[in-house]
Amino acid sequence: MNPEALAELANLGVATATVALAIGWLLHLAEWAAAWAAARSAQLVRVGAPASASAEEPTRATATTDHPADRLARAGLAATVLGTALLAAAVLARGLAAGRVPWGNMYEFAVAGALVVLVVYLGLVARAGIGWLAPIVTGFAVLVLGLSILVYLPPGPLVPALDSYWLVLHVAAAAIAGGAFVVGAGAAALFLVKDRAEARAGGPVTTGVLGRLPTTAAMDRLGFQVHAFAFPLWTFAALISGPIWAQHAWGRYWGWDPKEVWAFITWVVYAGYLHARATAGWRGRGAAVLALVGFVTFLFNFVGINLFVSGLHSYAF
Amino acid sequence: MSVPPASPARTAPAAPDGPAATAGSPAPDPAERPGGRRPPELTPRELGRWAWRQLTSMRTALLLLLVLALAAVPGSLVPQQGVDSIAVARFRIEHPDLAPWLDRLGVFSVYSSPWFSAVYLLLLVSVIGCIVPRTAVYARALRARPPSAPQRLERLPAFASYESAETVEAVIAGAERVLRAQRFRVDSHAGTLSAEKGYLREAGNLVFHASLVVVLVGVAIGSLWGYRGNAIVVEGSGFSNTLTQYDEFSAGALAGASSLPPFTVALEAMTADFQTGGSQAGQPKSFEATGTLTPAPGADPAPFGISVNHPLTVEGTSVFLVGSGYAPVVTVRDGAGEVVSSGPVPFLPADSSYLSEGVVKVPDASPEQLGLEGFFLPTAARGADGVPVSAFPEAVDPVLSLFVWRGDLGLDDGVPQSIYALDKDELSVVEEPGGGPTRLLLRPGQTAPLPDGLGSVSFDGVREFARLQISSAPLAWLPLTALVVAVSGLLLSLYVRPRRAWVRARSVDGRTVVEVAALDRVARADTGPDLDEVVAALRARGRSDRRDDPAATDGDRA
Repeated sequence: MNPEALAELANLGVATATVALAIGWLLHLAEWAAAWAAARSAQLVRVGAPASASAEEPTRATATTDHPADRLARAGLAATVLGTALLAAAVLARGLAAGRVPWGNMYEFAVAGALVVLVVYLGLVARAGIGWLAPIVTGFAVLVLGLSILVYLPPGPLVPALDSYWLVLHVAAAAIAGGAFVVGAGAAALFLVKDRAEARAGGPVTTGVLGRLPTTAAMDRLGFQVHAFAFPLWTFAALISGPIWAQHAWGRYWGWDPKEVWAFITWVVYAGYLHARATAGWRGRGAAVLALVGFVTFLFNFVGINLFVSGLHSYAF
Repeated sequence: MSVPPASPARTAPAAPDGPAATAGSPAPDPAERPGGRRPPELTPRELGRWAWRQLTSMRTALLLLLVLALAAVPGSLVPQQGVDSIAVARFRIEHPDLAPWLDRLGVFSVYSSPWFSAVYLLLLVSVIGCIVPRTAVYARALRARPPSAPQRLERLPAFASYESAETVEAVIAGAERVLRAQRFRVDSHAGTLSAEKGYLREAGNLVFHASLVVVLVGVAIGSLWGYRGNAIVVEGSGFSNTLTQYDEFSAGALAGASSLPPFTVALEAMTADFQTGGSQAGQPKSFEATGTLTPAPGADPAPFGISVNHPLTVEGTSVFLVGSGYAPVVTVRDGAGEVVSSGPVPFLPADSSYLSEGVVKVPDASPEQLGLEGFFLPTAARGADGVPVSAFPEAVDPVLSLFVWRGDLGLDDGVPQSIYALDKDELSVVEEPGGGPTRLLLRPGQTAPLPDGLGSVSFDGVREFARLQISSAPLAWLPLTALVVAVSGLLLSLYVRPRRAWVRARSVDGRTVVEVAALDRVARADTGPDLDEVVAALRARGRSDRRDDPAATDGDRA
């Protein structure tokens, strides 16, 4: 197949993947809505029912396996798997069309990054059962793919500074770490929501949307596992491979270029997160807030620094 | 500063948010009296100890990390002197009121400012103050035996018990083997077995932090003994590595200019290729500078090629190609017809189309000195409002557009001035007889006369120039290696999960009651299942020993 046809195919793949993921996202939102509605009707029943029956209600509701919310969750997952497969094919076609790794400019990095987020997510759904993060992850992927149109470029050769094998290592490590950061930030956000709700209720919340989430302790643990995976990778991307490549391309290891500054800030904030988990008064909520702050610095580095601040990384990662 | 979990040396006390401790307050000191943050009277020695303990506490390290992140922000939003001095100059012109204040605060050079240095030096002291005592604690822990069993094992988070027909000794011996196989360190004592594993976690943690200290030391060495400079070298000319040949040069406090290796570079060709079609037309495709290198005076010259990502290295000094541009060859004749200036003059690219700006200074012209200032357009085109622009970065249809100035160039004032700008204090623009400034528009080979019999200007041709960066960063491998070691330590500290386990066997009415308990020092979900596995292994062992290998079991029991 010639490069033009492959490029067409890549664009088609991204478009259909975005649609499939958007459907997945809507199904997962419907899942939450169904869980919310079920909790609400259960509450109404409980209010009207005799006291003895009310105690049975929650156990019966959770024991039901084919709850509408569960069916919607399965459908959403199927759509997400389909969207991810289409996106993977699109990224592959893009790479073949350009004859190089498909992450050579901001558009390509956004699409490849969305793919990495989805792959990390699906891997963890299989291994650690993190389907409860679906609405956040699929929503994020749809948002990124939708916005990537704004920086679209047809496939082409690399600018000379990027023409290096470090492009493969440095950018891949940053993208995989970023994918894990998305999952970690989602876990941290939902942790904060549930933690607050439980603090208000004065006990565990087992119904509704929050009832579909794992315990706060489990979410905190998942957050740590994901960040423990991402942080060493980020260290490699930002503080090892980045400087080595910068030395080859620009003649200095570290030059406080805006992109480097924010990569450093992200690193420091996530280092703060890891410490917070072992510091009294910061465990739990404080650590979760730091994980979110770290994610915001990561996003700002990709979006804000690329688009609004000029620097050596202006070809955009 | 430490990666979780905190070891005893740095564990903040367990009651974080009691009424006495408000959020953000320092960790309570063991010596502290209840209710007060500090005892009423402290000797200077005690105060010093208190301050040291605060500084090296995890909470302070965490706050310093967050302050460091915050302190790094302004340097990405305001141009930095060491990164882009031209942008700093532009910023000063655009914000005349703000600039002096930013100057006072050191915002134009954040990363060498006292306040930024203060934050990372405090963090450094905090790290050292943490890892040194922790290393001592760790060294003791390595030699110590696993901690003895708590009185009541059933109170631990993971606990199981079963009855066995084996003797107490056989149970303990079997447990020892099972736990050793799981790489526990074990110690048995009177019917009780203590086991611990995961020692490498703290080792990794200490290695990680110690490596970070080495990184900072390595970076400091590199910046004290290193140097970096830029030079523009036009095709057909050369560069020898001495201070006077640099356009810009900065060196660390301990780098001597005499230590520059005396190599010479002769540039034969600078080739820049750009995309000629498609949506990315005009994007750079490749840059390459070729010529010959003479490593030392008297040595044989050897050919070289430098391209982006492929620098040239001579005796620990690297030569990078960081840019390219055009040097129009301009000849100026004065009123008497004498050639008073001739040769290539580098014009600096101002944008990605290589629209370039530059000046030609002609101090030898008579009766008055001349200065030419203007643009070089590699591929001239007419933009909006009829302004000439460059349509493409390669020299397809080069045009030189110049204004002419006459008077005193100010070169004899003794004040150093840029070779890329005219000091117009004593200059006036040359005007046409009909009025309006004289503007020369020249294509290669063309000559234009100047009004008032001032002479003529010829545009003879175009050469390309390479912008080379010459830099030396001694010991650069040290921080990089330290970072690799740091990541290895980090992985250990994140993935090794320390666990303690105890087995106690008691003889009750002829049967042996076995209690097994485990305690994780990092919260995890699999403590219970793992314990069940250990118990299953213990029981299976007891059964199989009796059934399959009585001799060995008897030997064990003996």
